[in-house]
Amino acid sequence: MRNTRLFSLIRKEFIQIVRDPRTLYITFAIPVIQLFLLGYTATTDVRNVPLAVFDQNRSPASRQLLDAYRAADYFNLTFDLDSEDELSTLIDSGEARAGLIIPPDYSEKLLAGEKASVVFVLDGSDPNVAATSLAAAELIGQNHSTSILVERLEQRGLTDAFEPAVEVHSHVWYNPDMESAFFMVPAMIGMILQLLTSMLTATAIVRERERGTIEQLIVTPIRSWELILGKIIPYVALALFDMIEVLLVGTLWFGVPIRGSLGLLLALSGLFLLGSLGIGLVISTFAKTQQEATMLTYFTMLPTVFLSGFMFPLAAMPAILQGISYFIPLRYYLIIIRSILLKGVGAELITTEIIALAIYATVMMGIAALRFRKRLD
Amino acid sequence: MIRVNDLRRSFGDLRAVDGLSLSIQKGEIYALVGPDGAGKTTTLRLLCGALQPDSGHIHLAGIDLQRQTEQARALIGYLPQRFSLYAELTVLENLRFFAEVRGLPAEEWHPRSSEILDFVGLGEFADRRAGLLSGGMKQKLGLAAALVHHPKILLLDEPTGGVDPVTRQNFWQLIIRLLRQDVAVLISTPYMDEASRCHRVGFLQYGRLLIEGAPSEIVSRLEGRVLELVGTPRRLLKQIASDDPQVQNAHSFGDRLHLRIAAGSAETVMRRLGSAIAAQAGSIERLRPVKPGLEDVFLDLLESAHAA
Repeated sequence: MRNTRLFSLIRKEFIQIVRDPRTLYITFAIPVIQLFLLGYTATTDVRNVPLAVFDQNRSPASRQLLDAYRAADYFNLTFDLDSEDELSTLIDSGEARAGLIIPPDYSEKLLAGEKASVVFVLDGSDPNVAATSLAAAELIGQNHSTSILVERLEQRGLTDAFEPAVEVHSHVWYNPDMESAFFMVPAMIGMILQLLTSMLTATAIVRERERGTIEQLIVTPIRSWELILGKIIPYVALALFDMIEVLLVGTLWFGVPIRGSLGLLLALSGLFLLGSLGIGLVISTFAKTQQEATMLTYFTMLPTVFLSGFMFPLAAMPAILQGISYFIPLRYYLIIIRSILLKGVGAELITTEIIALAIYATVMMGIAALRFRKRLD
Repeated sequence: MIRVNDLRRSFGDLRAVDGLSLSIQKGEIYALVGPDGAGKTTTLRLLCGALQPDSGHIHLAGIDLQRQTEQARALIGYLPQRFSLYAELTVLENLRFFAEVRGLPAEEWHPRSSEILDFVGLGEFADRRAGLLSGGMKQKLGLAAALVHHPKILLLDEPTGGVDPVTRQNFWQLIIRLLRQDVAVLISTPYMDEASRCHRVGFLQYGRLLIEGAPSEIVSRLEGRVLELVGTPRRLLKQIASDDPQVQNAHSFGDRLHLRIAAGSAETVMRRLGSAIAAQAGSIERLRPVKPGLEDVFLDLLESAHAA
């Protein structure tokens, strides 16, 4: 027999969603806006670092070195200076993030076959930028030095003698260009799924209480589980729709690959959603107003952002925080979604994560079912 | 139809309902009146199972509400004090929703909704969003939603609050027409004129019934003990009346004063007031015994309850 009550509840919820511009906006516009914001801003790629140059030599040789720096798009050679004082002012004011000082005897030493040195100054206040710039600066310098060395050897007719002793062949798997978007888009999907579903379910239930419609619902023969399912089903549908939306933008715009099975990803996302909906239901049993529900949802966000590996690598955290991270469901989901999208692995390699999510969903739903009462008190 | 025995419910230290017993027959309208915070809304919420009682029993048409909650609820139509339908849904969608979740078969909800909308006079607004209705129309829609499943028991929590006099009249005519269908109605109201239209009235204070009975029975308690006084200057008249040893209380009702006097003292008091007012150059337009109203009785009860 078809369950008319449940069906009516779901249809009612959909009519409300469709007619409420706020919910529609939260559901369909915000995730895409967030994706674009994070896709472009939360990048750890370092590009176009403003570099100030104090070239005391001004010779063809020094210009060659600067060309090498110019060629890599890590640096923008924004300033051409006449003194070291200018350099420190620029770095103090933040206009330049790095400085390169070429000594007056640079070309002479090179011509003499001696070792010439240059100074690279770096603003270390943003360690991310500093670390990448430093590595880039050293690499560019070494390459340049190698090519000068090869030139010298060639001049002496020793072309064959030059062969490096050890060469490291590096292969970056899954994300060969090390695009941040490949890392961020799957994370965004996880974040959106969790935040959106827990917030929408919580406010949808609290709204009934806030507007008094719960009083009329209570007097009807609707069972508690029907009320719960009647709230869950529409928002699971909405969240999955959202996920596909974000995934499409991620693939078409940011070029994120889908290497694994989409079906597996959707199924496991459903599992993850059950847990998030459970959080929403539990929040709804505590909150009295929609505002309170929203605040409580954001409260669960903070640990999720920091302890899930969403942006910051878990391996670098103190042991105690790593321990706590095992209780953050997004941690498991992020492994699952990154593995499926980027590595194309099947379920057999992520069983631990699947089991963790299943436990989490069961526990949250259990708490929700215990706390949820179809009464006013 | 409704039987309540020694019902109690507290919120922390506050005893909202404190040993309440009620019995209401089918075809009867019972009005619960009382000051704000007397426990009217709590009583109605307990009766529809929205709140759990601390102790006591509720039977609706012989069904125990605590034991067979859903069966008992199927008999109830409840109109909460606040508008409690979905603002985003149209009038008809609201009715459909409440008809379906109450188990009305698919082929029945539409004719029943049209019937009930015509009954409450909202037929032409069927496709309007509920949130865009006026206050009075919202109340009518609430009533329609409460009636859509042919309830045997109707619980109305201040149904005419914030509604204009014409709509109030309308509303009462609707309720009276329902009684022909053997419905038992329990209504809470702050309006004495509404209470006096009911078959029986219960006066609630601190969660307890101070008095209960037919309006005519209740007012007979004060028969011959209420004088009406009209004249000028009003403040002087009230002062003199309050000072009289046999006048227990003087309340203003618009341009009139109602004096509650000791039993059997009407003649003496009238004579004494007449001369006292004349002596202070006041003038009396009217001074005579009048039929007491429910309000007189309740003010009397409230004051003696405070004194006790």
